This record gives sequence, structure tokens and C-alpha cells, in this order.
Amino acid sequence: MSWLDALLGLALCMSALLALASRDLFRAVVMFIVFGLLMALAWVRLEAPDVALAEAAIGAGLTGVLLLDTLGYLRRRFEGGSRRRARSS
Amino acid sequence: MMRAVVAAALCLLVTLALALAVLQRPAPAEDLPARVDAALAASGVSHPVTAVLLAFRGYDTLLEVGVLLLTVVVAAALREAQPDGADRIGAANPLLHAVTGVLLPLMLLVAGYLLWAGSTRPGGAFQAGAVLAACGVLLRLSGTRLGWLEHPWLLRAGLAAGLLAFVAVGTASLLTGAAFLAYPEALAGALILFIETALSVSIGLALLSLFRLAPPHSDVPRAPDRRERRRG
Repeated sequence: MSWLDALLGLALCMSALLALASRDLFRAVVMFIVFGLLMALAWVRLEAPDVALAEAAIGAGLTGVLLLDTLGYLRRRFEGGSRRRARSS
Repeated sequence: MMRAVVAAALCLLVTLALALAVLQRPAPAEDLPARVDAALAASGVSHPVTAVLLAFRGYDTLLEVGVLLLTVVVAAALREAQPDGADRIGAANPLLHAVTGVLLPLMLLVAGYLLWAGSTRPGGAFQAGAVLAACGVLLRLSGTRLGWLEHPWLLRAGLAAGLLAFVAVGTASLLTGAAFLAYPEALAGALILFIETALSVSIGLALLSLFRLAPPHSDVPRAPDRRERRRG
């Protein structure tokens, strides 16, 4: 199974890189969620199912929801704000 | 270009140092897994992770729950400073409603299972709490208002229940003459399950509260933010 582990490690690094380097915030958040799920798989492979459960539920699930929520808030606030400013000026 | 090269070299150096540190780490002075295995029978649960979290290192978990409660208190205080506005709750959507109706019982079942499974296999209060919080988030996103969450004292009691149960059990063991959080062996399993039940409710409510305490989406005037101040 070592090639599968190598693939998992590679995918982890790739998703981390994509999450950090992406200019599109939505894509970055999705990549972060993907990273969390892959990380949970990695914990399972490391025989730590407890950590894997916590990672999947909190790291990927709840943090992802919070990040997406913040993203929606920022969009509404700053895009709405710039429209308002443009109209008033 | 020069800066990028320097940054890359620095990153490489740090990576190498970390790799060296991992490869050359000293052998642990004590074989902790063996000690946990030896004491497992006395802990009241048969899963070593739960035994460490709630029996051997129960004090650490107690403090951890305290930190989580403190986070919610700070988030609530910050929310007070924000302007009042319409509560942000998803629009009622018939499709989401139908899906929630199917998913919610299953999620509650999974949360209960995780809580119960914690004593014998992977699972436990934190995982069950996270699933409970996910239930709440799903309900919120699908536009269902949970009336009892608006009740301030009920919510606070739920948030504090985990810590209170933990401290109560610890104090009770002090009163019987044992050390803080030293469970009597006959009751250990039941006490750990009791603490874990209260903890999962509190953790679920705490995580959900962090989501609920997001600022309102409203177009009311607010304090000028940095962008506008710099411009004007």
C-alpha cells in the first residue's frame, strides 16, 4: 500500500499548496476542505482513527462552513460597499 | 528575484532543520503506551484514547473545555459590540427542508453512537459534539429557527453544562477524600459517560454558537473601517 500512501502525501502537499496559492478565495476554501478530508485519511493510515474523526468533523466540516460563511459576509459587505460608494460619489 | 531566492533558501533550511529534528529525536524516556495499557483496566473504559482524555489526564480535558467556553464568551462579547441587525439565517428552502428532514435523524443517531462508542472504540464527546453542532448549522442554513436557542439562560446553561458536570464530579471525588477527578473504580465508567454526555451537549452548543455569533448582514451604518478612513 505504500504507493497509495505516497499518493496521499503528494495530494496533501498539492491541496495545501493550492489552498495557499490560490487567488480565488472560494477555491482556496474548497481546497482547504479537501486538505482536511485528505488529512483525515492520512490520520486513518497512521492508525489514529480518533484524530481522523475529529479532523473530518471539525477541521474539514465546521471550519469549512465557518470559512465559507465569512467569505459570503466579506463579499456582501465589500462588494455591496463599493457599489454604494460608487453610487454616492 | 533576489528576495525570492533568499526566501526559498530560508524555507529549504527550515525544512531541513525540521527533518533533522524529526529524524534525530531522542527515544522517549518512558514507555507511555505500556503504562496506559497496564492501567486501562482501572480506568472504567476500554478505549485507551478515552481513558487518557477523561481518566488519566482528565484535568487537561477540563481546562480544554474551559478554554472552549471562554472562546464562546469572548465571541458573544464581540457580537455585542456589533450593530444589531436581522439575524443571519438561511432563507427557507423547500428542498433543503426535505433533505434536512432525512439527514437530521441520521446525524442525531450518529452523534449518539459516537458518544456511546467512545468508551470502547474511536469516538467520544468531541466528535459527538461536532456532529451535534453540524446538525445545528444545517438547521440554521435551511432556515429553521430553534426557539430555545434564543432563550439566553437556557443557552448559557447548556454551554456551561459540560464544565459544570466535570467540576461537580471532580469536587465530589474531593469530598469523598480522593484526589480531584479521581473516580471511584466501581463508578468510573458511568461517571465518564455522564461527563461525556454533558460535554458533547456543551461542545455542540459552543461550536454552533461560534457560527451563530457571526455579525448580522445588514446595511446599517457601522463604524468606518480602515479602507474608508485611509481614503477620506
